[in-house]
Amino acid sequence: MSHMDARLAVETRQLTKTFGRGDNAVQALKGVDFNARCGELIMIVGPSGCGKTTLLSVICGTMKANEGYVNVFGTDMSAMSAGALTKFRGQNVGFIFQQFNLIPTWNILENASVPLLLNGAGKRKAEDEAARLLTEVGLGKRLEAYPNQLSGGQQQRVAIARALVHEPRLLICDEPTASLDAATGRKVLELLKTSACRPDRCVIVVTHDSRIFQFADRIAEMEDGVVKTITEADKYQAHPL
Amino acid sequence: MLRLALKMLYGDVAKFVMLLGGLTFCSLLMTQQSGVFCGLMLWTTSTLRNVRAPIWVCDAKVEQINEVVPLRDVEVSRVRSVEGVDWAVPLYWGMIQARLQNGTFQPIQLTGLDSATMVGRPVKMTAGDIDDLRLPNAVIVDQLALKKFKRKGYDLKVGDTFEINDKEARVVGICHADQSFLGQPYVYTTYERALEYAPRQRKMLSFILVKPKDNVSEAEVVQRIRKIPGLSAYTEAELTNRTIDWYIKYTGIPISFGTVVLLGAIVGIAIAGQTFYLFVHENVRHLAALKAMGASGTLLAEMVFLQAFSVGVAGYGLGTGLTSIFGSIFMKVGEPPFYLPWQVLAFVGAVIVLICLFSASIGLLKVLRAEPAVVFR
Repeated sequence: MSHMDARLAVETRQLTKTFGRGDNAVQALKGVDFNARCGELIMIVGPSGCGKTTLLSVICGTMKANEGYVNVFGTDMSAMSAGALTKFRGQNVGFIFQQFNLIPTWNILENASVPLLLNGAGKRKAEDEAARLLTEVGLGKRLEAYPNQLSGGQQQRVAIARALVHEPRLLICDEPTASLDAATGRKVLELLKTSACRPDRCVIVVTHDSRIFQFADRIAEMEDGVVKTITEADKYQAHPL
Repeated sequence: MLRLALKMLYGDVAKFVMLLGGLTFCSLLMTQQSGVFCGLMLWTTSTLRNVRAPIWVCDAKVEQINEVVPLRDVEVSRVRSVEGVDWAVPLYWGMIQARLQNGTFQPIQLTGLDSATMVGRPVKMTAGDIDDLRLPNAVIVDQLALKKFKRKGYDLKVGDTFEINDKEARVVGICHADQSFLGQPYVYTTYERALEYAPRQRKMLSFILVKPKDNVSEAEVVQRIRKIPGLSAYTEAELTNRTIDWYIKYTGIPISFGTVVLLGAIVGIAIAGQTFYLFVHENVRHLAALKAMGASGTLLAEMVFLQAFSVGVAGYGLGTGLTSIFGSIFMKVGEPPFYLPWQVLAFVGAVIVLICLFSASIGLLKVLRAEPAVVFR
């Protein structure tokens, strides 16, 4: 367990990550210090290529940093094996992807029940819980529908249900509104804010979309592989990204 | 999750059908060709099954059943005098031309049985009586003779006659006999009459059929007969294996069929491997998402192998099922030869397992190499 502030859900110190070698090496993270608190929705913003997604990947344990320290809910992620990271992700992290990543040959009930199945729940229990969440996000009458029968907004709602079905403490959202029109994107964020934000949970959203900044509690601005500022949302001055 | 893994595969109808088709074709090709090969090998030993005797005695130089090196008649007496022999009877067997009443010729396999005992007589008579074989000029023909003669414009039936070596042969019965590799009908008569029909040679005896006494083993009697200079003896099983081995060793048949079986396996590997790889490639993002959500490498491996093996089992079942349908048609028609022993099914099953292992492994490599972070790109 860590010595970090009990209110902190995520803390990184001096994270570095380099892709490639020699002349082709690209340093995506250049000593990132970042933190996210329990109960908040924090957005990571910045221009393309500044390292937002790389930071997100390292925080959720889908990628290992070259150097530095990552602590998520008191667990030192940088010291964990690949197997332990997989298990940790399965139990503690929920994902919402830009491209939804719903499996097209499974109906939405099956898609939404996956995290529980991966955690060893039985089919019935997993589907009951998934049905409850899908109903919460307004898709209760379309449980047997397949992803390609739904609109982009509806698919993202399925992704939200899937991300929350196993009660994760950390919710990772990568450009959740990038594939949606403005109105739908706004609705999705409203839904995310109402259904996902809880005192014991942290929601991290990577986005380019300045129209949704208003839903954040804090905003971390990245540039050229480092977090430049972390500001309360109401004090954040959006720059053109 | 494994149920969902299957749904993932079956849901991609185009690839599933392609995989199933490839494995079915591969399984069908290998099973069917192996079945025809085994049937052909079975045909090479049909004389052994049509005559049936515990021990076959022949010239020491004979390598297989379809090769005759004639013996002197006196050899029968020598064999009878061997300790442990219950009975020994002569058998004539040779290819000879029959001349039909319309003037056409048909090669036949003339089989001359001991007239006293009728040892080696046909097991199943479809018309006439085997005892009538003792009547003057009597012969019994098999069902293939009817077919062959009919093809030459002569509808043969009991009571009809034809000529063998300018001597009359009167059909007194029709029997069922296993078709032979040489492709000619069996015509049964007595040993003495067979010697009259066959062109005269110094030695005329083809084989001696032997039964050991009840308390003596076949192997023991075989060993004793082999001590007689110039003679050799085999149990029925030994001569069957010796004949099949000879055809495998000295003819190009196994190479010909083996090539087709190999092609079937290659086609299976190519189609199944490529399609499955493509299926995994197209789903790598989804599988990586599962990995990000906590699916372990072991679970993903189980999913990929289950997908590969489920389609493998279905393809194998369809392929062997179709082969069985073809086989039953072949067997009703009588040709091409067909025999499907369990070893062929096991062999083809093993090849399908290897193809599935190969396909799943290349797919799995792709999945395991994919970083879960790919889902963010």
